[in-house]
Amino acid sequence: MLCTINHGTQFLSFGSPLISYKIFRMCEKDSYMDLENLTIAQASEGLKNKNFSATELVCAFLEQIKKRDKEIHAFLSVSADLAMSQAKMTDEKIAAGQELGELEGIPGAIKDVILIKGVRCTAGSKILENFIAPYDASVIKKLKNAGAVFLGKTNMDEFAMGSSTENSAYGPTRNPRDLERVPGGSSGGSAAAVAADECIFSLGSDTGGSIRQPASFCGVVGLKPTYGAVSRYGLMAMASSLDQIGPFAKTVEDCKTVFDVIKGHDLKDSTSAISAQDVEWKLDIKDLKIGLPKEYFAKGIDGEVERLVRQAIKKLADAGAQVQEISLPHSEYALACYYIIMPSEVSANLARYDGIKYGASATTNDQLLATNLLDVYLQTRGYFFGGEPRRRIMLGTYTLSAGYYEAYYLKAQKVRTKILEDFKKAFEKVDVILTPVSPTPPFKFGEKVDDPIKMYLSDIYTVPVNLAGIPALSMPCGNIGPPAGEAGNLPVGLQIMGKHFSEDLIFKVAKIYEELMDG
Amino acid sequence: MFDVDHIAKLARLGLSDKEKEKFAKELAAILEFVEKLKEVDTKNVEPTAQVTGLENISRLDEARKDNEQSLKQILENAPEMKDGHIKVKAVFE
Repeated sequence: MLCTINHGTQFLSFGSPLISYKIFRMCEKDSYMDLENLTIAQASEGLKNKNFSATELVCAFLEQIKKRDKEIHAFLSVSADLAMSQAKMTDEKIAAGQELGELEGIPGAIKDVILIKGVRCTAGSKILENFIAPYDASVIKKLKNAGAVFLGKTNMDEFAMGSSTENSAYGPTRNPRDLERVPGGSSGGSAAAVAADECIFSLGSDTGGSIRQPASFCGVVGLKPTYGAVSRYGLMAMASSLDQIGPFAKTVEDCKTVFDVIKGHDLKDSTSAISAQDVEWKLDIKDLKIGLPKEYFAKGIDGEVERLVRQAIKKLADAGAQVQEISLPHSEYALACYYIIMPSEVSANLARYDGIKYGASATTNDQLLATNLLDVYLQTRGYFFGGEPRRRIMLGTYTLSAGYYEAYYLKAQKVRTKILEDFKKAFEKVDVILTPVSPTPPFKFGEKVDDPIKMYLSDIYTVPVNLAGIPALSMPCGNIGPPAGEAGNLPVGLQIMGKHFSEDLIFKVAKIYEELMDG
Repeated sequence: MFDVDHIAKLARLGLSDKEKEKFAKELAAILEFVEKLKEVDTKNVEPTAQVTGLENISRLDEARKDNEQSLKQILENAPEMKDGHIKVKAVFE
């Protein structure tokens, strides 16, 4: 399958040349299977009890990646050397009886928009094809301190722009649940890697739904934290007032474990919350007030998706939770509001990719002829940016330009206030708000990629959360289609929203639902 | 009216004529979609730039003496160097 970028470059979309398989030299056993199914708690237990070593655990995942990633393409680069050296350190700590970190020896994958020092970081774009990160993101520092192991960087829509990972300049990622369908986006690689047992946890970023929607499409758990709960230092910025880094995992417990490690105030991020209250929610299900916004269950939602989401809510109601209908009256304006604010901020944040200090440049590219400074900018950006970044940069440049700023950006900021107020009012009546994550189940490749607005509508239930800066979790709530194991069996996600800094409550509700589902 | 040439120049994006045509259409459609916001009454509503409520978060403007290795790693990403400086085309003609 060939993909065409707007300027006519063609490349093979699968079998990325960036992945290097050094596994056969480092891992000695014939098979490390079964370790790749473990949760964080199980893997930690196994390491402590010396059932297997950290090195063997990494080998299990490297083997799984080797087995599955040629067809899934969740990874843009596999950092086998780094992972093995980290695992070795863990094994030494265990042998010496030293204190272990919360994620000691646990292998994870990182979205290629978060910097790991010394590792290539592309943001899914050709403009950063050979960029080597000169420093660690704060979340990476925290994960390293906790002993986590990094298997590699995952695929994504270019500069986090997209809802399907089809906009990656390195070819799309396939949904492990159905290879003909998208994994969602923009953190498609991170979601797929967890779903395909290629890692125990992963990190993604969410600006308008880019963690929650892929989590829903791939059948895993994903959290977008409260804006400011997790440091953005070392996250390549897309929309600075909306971006947040968050974890993907197979279980609610695992998701919480990773969140607890990466959260916290950071001096290096001036928007990082100072008093991130660790509010512990003493919760009895009978005291839980759930709100269902009527605007989210109106037209446009797939019948089967709605059925499963309502079924999930009914399970919670049957267990004693109080469910009531609420209204978020400005919901219908959220998408338009987002598609002004986000491109505006994007146009500012992507101005730095100019071929001067780092990244691809017209000056060192033989196909381009830059005779003056303006040419360097025009040609570097014109040649190396993909279609969606160009579209959003153009849109954002326009909405911020003289004569249009008030009509668009300022207006959108005022509508944003109204949306925020809707949520504040709602949370006076209810503890959490439950909604679908996506109006449709995972769609097929090519279905939406030619119609930007059709693609944007995928985000209709997720963007209001980013505008308000509240936390929200996506977790599996069932499958539609034929029985499990057959082609066409597709996961559906349930979204749990809470007020600012209520992640603890969200996790508790999610855990209760997870147990009800398994029971 | 969406002046594609002007916007592309402001955005420092070199676009082909065919692309400019395509964008003119696509962006017109998107802008039509966001016109919806006109329906919202925002009289006397304060704009929200960010949701944290934080103000004036600053640090001391101190130069940090970083080690040579860090500097080297940063400059390794530079497209063109000369005498330890990043080389660029003339700013003034």
